[in-house]
Amino acid sequence: MSVEFDQKINETLADANLQLAIYGSTARLKQGRIDTVGALPDYQELRTQANAVKKHTIENLDYYLEEFERNVKARGGQVVYCKDATDVADFVLGLAKEREARLIVKSKSMTTEEVDLNERLEHHGLESVETDLGEYILQLAHERPYHIVAPALHKTRYDVAEIFTEKLKVPRETVIEKQTAIARSVLREKFLAADIGISGANFLVADSGAVVIIENEGNARLTTSAPKVHIAVAGIEKVIPRAQDLATFLKLLARSATGQMMSVYASFLAGPRRPGEVDGPDEFYVVLLDNGRTKLLPDRSKRQSLYCIRCGACLNTCPVYRKIGGHSFPWVYSGPIGAILTPQFMGVSHEPGLPFASSLCGACGEVCPVKIDIPKILLELRSDVKKSETREKQNRWEKLAFRAFAWLMTKPSLFEMAGRIGASMAPSTDGKWISSVPAAMNLPPVKRWLSQRDLPPPPGRSFRELWRRR
Amino acid sequence: MANRVALFVTCMVDQLFPKVGIAMADVLERLGYQVDFPEQQTCCGQPAFNSGYRAEARTVARHFLETFEAHERIVVPSGSCTSMVSHHYADLFEKEPETLARVHALEKRVFEFSAFLTEVAQVEDVGARFDGVVTFHDGCHALRELGIRSGPRRLLANVRGLELREMLPAEECCGFGGTFSVKFPELSGAMARTKIDAILKTGAGTVVSLDPSCLMQIQGVLSRMGSPVQTMHLAEVLASR
Amino acid sequence: MARENILHKIRTALGRSAGQDAADGPPPRIVVPEMEIEDRIHSMRTRIEALAGRTMRAANGCAAREMVAGEIAGKTSVASNSPFLRECGVTELPGVRSGITDREELRQICAVADIGITSADYVLADTGTLVMIASPAEARLISLLPPVHLAVVPKERILTGLDELFSVVPQPAEITSSMVMITGPSRTADIEQFLVRGVHGPGAIAVVVVG
Repeated sequence: MSVEFDQKINETLADANLQLAIYGSTARLKQGRIDTVGALPDYQELRTQANAVKKHTIENLDYYLEEFERNVKARGGQVVYCKDATDVADFVLGLAKEREARLIVKSKSMTTEEVDLNERLEHHGLESVETDLGEYILQLAHERPYHIVAPALHKTRYDVAEIFTEKLKVPRETVIEKQTAIARSVLREKFLAADIGISGANFLVADSGAVVIIENEGNARLTTSAPKVHIAVAGIEKVIPRAQDLATFLKLLARSATGQMMSVYASFLAGPRRPGEVDGPDEFYVVLLDNGRTKLLPDRSKRQSLYCIRCGACLNTCPVYRKIGGHSFPWVYSGPIGAILTPQFMGVSHEPGLPFASSLCGACGEVCPVKIDIPKILLELRSDVKKSETREKQNRWEKLAFRAFAWLMTKPSLFEMAGRIGASMAPSTDGKWISSVPAAMNLPPVKRWLSQRDLPPPPGRSFRELWRRR
Repeated sequence: MANRVALFVTCMVDQLFPKVGIAMADVLERLGYQVDFPEQQTCCGQPAFNSGYRAEARTVARHFLETFEAHERIVVPSGSCTSMVSHHYADLFEKEPETLARVHALEKRVFEFSAFLTEVAQVEDVGARFDGVVTFHDGCHALRELGIRSGPRRLLANVRGLELREMLPAEECCGFGGTFSVKFPELSGAMARTKIDAILKTGAGTVVSLDPSCLMQIQGVLSRMGSPVQTMHLAEVLASR
Repeated sequence: MARENILHKIRTALGRSAGQDAADGPPPRIVVPEMEIEDRIHSMRTRIEALAGRTMRAANGCAAREMVAGEIAGKTSVASNSPFLRECGVTELPGVRSGITDREELRQICAVADIGITSADYVLADTGTLVMIASPAEARLISLLPPVHLAVVPKERILTGLDELFSVVPQPAEITSSMVMITGPSRTADIEQFLVRGVHGPGAIAVVVVG
């Protein structure tokens, strides 16, 4: 793995306050999910249905994208296909210029994080304000989100007080309700003055030409209803065939994410406002982003990574994420889903340690509402990493060691002999576990084991020796 | 013959925890089984598979197939080794139809020890006695890949003198994860210590599990901490009299 | 062109050709339970109150009007153009502005009103969700800008849940540009997982069930 990855992990592990914040927050979300899915008698059927719908859609993705596009146009909206970050920025900047827009409000969208949209807009002199409370705090602090659903989970109220005082020039305020009120009042002005609202989309509904946005605060509703122009930015994989499929997905999403039966707001938005409607935007655009998603399609086994509905359940249940947190991950997506998306988008050499930063406990696959087999994909990615290393002639000692291991395991008498040699070299401790070994035995794996825990003492005889004497 | 079983003790039990294998044989023999130990056995190949070395894992898996495919029932004192054979060999040999057929023929005949007792032998009381307060750790492979949760608890409930206390949570990974434990030692250690916090809160003197690898991780940290809490494999508890 | 580029990549990856139909897929899963109206009302009220919302029951439109009068006394309110609100006489109450059809005017009034009064197109009993369909009768911002949202709904509009909603309205896009499902007051736990209500949307909601 890269030095950076190793360092970030260990820094996070060493930060006692952060450990409590990550573990505690995810504990609440994890338990919430268990309670509310426990109350759904048909939870497993819903998962099966959700998986089947996503599988079918991804396998016919071009068809559904075109149907979506037709229906968006039929409702008076426009679809803009974007290959990458530059395409998205070009489109938004072009439109902003045409409309003489200065101020943009944004609701939460991991997809826009992927393409660094805010940075690009600000570089061109536009003000683009995040309106989700957690994202707003992070924008002021110039930081990336820590968790898909709870972006500021690593910040305390004192951190927030400092950020607000420094960036908003308000008197220091540590009471959380009051901090929220400050944000509400600052952002309210932005909503009502903004020229353009940019949102993400949890689902793109093909038979309706609609986007569906899930949230608890109301900022996405304001972003998509107050300004005259609404742009929804979504990955191409977000499409689902029919509005009726929402009966399945909406039951799973909030429960899996936070343990709520439904998120506070679920907006189904189809085009600009219709004749007679009193409010709503005049213009409606949907940006369909590739940015590497098409690279995940050819692999029949791994393409299920695209089923993800971004609930965050895998993060909340992952014993590794709950220790290393979101910022240890090299890209915008963290947790188990991040561990399988990142190598597929960025190539396995981007962070070769990432698929290995898992004990393969399987908890993620168990809680995924769309049944992505994350552990299976992690195992495949590990194989991909090793194939790449073989090609690049990296990590040759490890490969040699495993070759030797495999060979040895086909030679039972040699295996037995190797065992006897190892046992004879180990210190004898009359049954107590071992804290250190002689230098000859202190190979890196042994050293690393011993850095955290003791080793078992060698038994006098192996099982097969005991068996022969039995 | 219906009362014959073969032991796959696993490389770890063979070399590091042989008493687990003996205990398992004792329990099976007391139940009337004739127990074979095919001497050609070594390993299931999991270390190579988990580390991304599939070709090397296939080499070891072929040896496993040759060693065991003639045996009617194979019993294994490990959830992870069992699921390697029953769930992952098919992935390894996806592209080799002939070997895949042999895998499919074998995979339903390989049993984790506690599942063998409760589902094949259909026994929940093996006449064991163990005085002490015990807590049970659900190893991840046994729990999630093999669906084993209540069986071991029912077996423990019938052990005379044993008091079972559940740790909360019982289902969180101990942090072993094979080579993960030495690739990410600090992280693995942190996960183990969280597990041990839960264990210590129960007041149990012994932690029982189905997987020697989990037990090695947990005992390793307990020992480093100087804790008197012990670990035992389920087979060792069930063999106790 | 990005469109052709992306669609082409997709088709190549999937082994599909341009214009090819989709294979048969799984039909939508819609399971509508049986539920008596009184049970629906009870469930809806329980769920809304569990989220710190308030609910009231009025036997008829007149009673509803009285209840609303009590809620809004001394405050400024903006009401939607819902015919049901008019029938109940809610729009005539003191302090209530309604009948607004201009977007700018509506926004200005909503920005300063204490209470936004609407009806609802449907209510979902199993989750306590108000379903608001944008139309000449119901504007978007009335249930969003003011700090309090008060909804007055006839009991006949209470459905069992999402499945029934999407049976009754399988194609919302045909009738509206916006269907919003509202479950409880606006909230966040973004700071230290500490729950705060009324972040951007209303921090208090109250629902009067009529009938």
